[in-house]
Amino acid sequence: MRILDNTVEWLEDRTGAPSAIQHFLNEEIPASAGWHQVFGSIAIFLFMNQAFTGIMLALNYAATPGEAYNSLRYIMSELTGGALIRGLHHWGASMMVIVAVLHMVQVFLWGAYKKPREATWMVGVVLLLLTLAYALTGYLLPWDNRAYWGTVVTTQIAASAPGAGPYVLRLMGAENGVGVVTFARFYAVHVLVLPPLSMLLIFLHVYLVRRHGVAPAPGDELKPKQKFHPRQVAKDTMAIFAAFAILFSLAVIARAPLGRLADPTDLSYIPRPEWYFLFLFQLLKYFEGPLEILASVVLPTIGIGLLFALPFLDRAPVVRVSKRTMAFVTVVLAGVFWGGLTLAAMRSTPPEASAADNAGPSEWRELSPEELAGVGYFQAEKCGSCHAIGLADEGKPGPNLGAGGAERDAAWMIAHFKQPSNMVPGSQMPAISLSDSQLNALAAFLLKLTPQSAMKLQDVPGFALQGAMIYQKNRCSMCHAVNGVGQKTGPPLNGLGHRRKTEWVMQHFLDPQKLSAGSMMPPYKFSARENEAITSYLMALP
Amino acid sequence: MSSTEATNQSRRGFFVRITQALGALIAGGLGVPAIVYLLSPPKTRASGAWVDAADLTQLRLRAPEEVTFRRVRMDGWKIITEKSTAWVVKMNESEVVAYTPQCTHLGCAYHWEETKGQFLCPCHTSNFSLDGKVLNGPAPRALDRYQVKLQGTRIMIGPQQQPQKGA
Repeated sequence: MRILDNTVEWLEDRTGAPSAIQHFLNEEIPASAGWHQVFGSIAIFLFMNQAFTGIMLALNYAATPGEAYNSLRYIMSELTGGALIRGLHHWGASMMVIVAVLHMVQVFLWGAYKKPREATWMVGVVLLLLTLAYALTGYLLPWDNRAYWGTVVTTQIAASAPGAGPYVLRLMGAENGVGVVTFARFYAVHVLVLPPLSMLLIFLHVYLVRRHGVAPAPGDELKPKQKFHPRQVAKDTMAIFAAFAILFSLAVIARAPLGRLADPTDLSYIPRPEWYFLFLFQLLKYFEGPLEILASVVLPTIGIGLLFALPFLDRAPVVRVSKRTMAFVTVVLAGVFWGGLTLAAMRSTPPEASAADNAGPSEWRELSPEELAGVGYFQAEKCGSCHAIGLADEGKPGPNLGAGGAERDAAWMIAHFKQPSNMVPGSQMPAISLSDSQLNALAAFLLKLTPQSAMKLQDVPGFALQGAMIYQKNRCSMCHAVNGVGQKTGPPLNGLGHRRKTEWVMQHFLDPQKLSAGSMMPPYKFSARENEAITSYLMALP
Repeated sequence: MSSTEATNQSRRGFFVRITQALGALIAGGLGVPAIVYLLSPPKTRASGAWVDAADLTQLRLRAPEEVTFRRVRMDGWKIITEKSTAWVVKMNESEVVAYTPQCTHLGCAYHWEETKGQFLCPCHTSNFSLDGKVLNGPAPRALDRYQVKLQGTRIMIGPQQQPQKGA
């Protein structure tokens, strides 16, 4: 302890830091201060979270189109904790918008922007704009379809600005469409321009808060002041912890989206902006033709201008929060306006858009069990380390299997799998040691590959692959049909999930006659694991 | 000390402790995943593929040959094909060794001195014998080796062996 005391003493003498911290913590705050004033601290915490996780991501991120996507996929699937870190960054961005808005609503309701705190409010509005700039530039960085097409829309809106449009577009490097220059600019703004700017403004914002003190409520002047530390610090910390707990759970439970690699030729993709911009997106629909500019540029500009000028528009003296009826009405109206538009936008979002968002996880349901088992063998044999199966991942040693459609038939493929160099002289591909029926499945899958389907098949859930491989191994298709493939001796298995319960199906495998008397189906002595995999697969069939 | 002061003190202590505890939890919640993320290796490594590098019949007995071959490996998020070389020595008709081409001292490229019958590194004059042992010079250990197997007369080169301790 003596060493600690001496160190503190030395620091005090040489730098004055300990007393500066003491001074900061012992700030006097009004008697009424409490839980309603924790949002600013949460916002600062979220900023630090974004900076930290952002740096973590940057340590494994290639900041060029295409490569960006590959490196992010590597972060999320190859690195332990990578999906969590990306989740914290992705969901942290959304939370930042929510908390910043809550902070502003609190300040607005309590009238804390009034004289002498006008400048604090205005700096706060700029910080909100910076937050949105982070969101807008960060949106492009995963370089998937969502990122690409979302940014195409953003740049097009910017281009419609009267007069300045072409210049803004050039500034964004998007004159000839969203491309490498756009990407470089968005990335540079996101990681080089915005961080120092926002740090400076956060510092200024906090400085102004300290300069004028935390806004008191009417009547506070009669009561004794309290200190920032330790009571309010503890409240702030508890609130920050609650926010962190929510964020962490979100990052664990909800995987941050990473769709297919950006494809400028994919005209079927329907772009949707991030949820907090949906209201603007919806607003655009109500203004057509020459009026469109009203919704895309004029109204947002007026909105920001009003927000910025608020302290000068409302010069009435501070009253109790419970008496600010007009303020409450304003917040409710703004909330209804935003919520209504957002809801309308969500209602109009076609389900395809959300499916495409998740790399088309429904796509595998359309394959026959044999083809799906082929996907399983493709992964089990690690074919993907030498062969690309889509338009992405150029530069692998083996030929791209999905780019040109099927050029070979199944017989050729199976002969090639067994002894590659027989079919392709000089081939360095190792022979695949699988049974004939397994090779059949693999060939069936490869025959299905097209540039369109290839990427979608990379995210097939594990239980479906396992289930399909068990299905194929046990020759279930000798009696049953799935997606129209297979015999019709037994009942077709599509829609099984609607007809039977999971436990029933699992039991039925072990002893069919017990559950359906007279059934011709032989018993299958699956292990608990196998039974779970094949049952989950069958229950998931459309 | 009056009793209200004592309650005040204990309340203060409670606030300080809760701040410290929750602060530590947050720091841990961010710090531990970050450390795991930075320090753990990628989940799938391209399993060291075997490359057909040379033919046994083309090698002279105990005469090292520099062989170049193409090897596929994972480089972060990229699968790259790169040119690699190995010094391949036919010890006898059934045993072949392949040395990695870098000196174990500081990674310079060494070569075979036909006249002396030694591997010589020009940087700091480390010498290695035909079986890779350090003869003299600053090299800390024998030459590193690739795994080697024979398929008929074809020499297959695999991933690098773990460096042997000692010379």
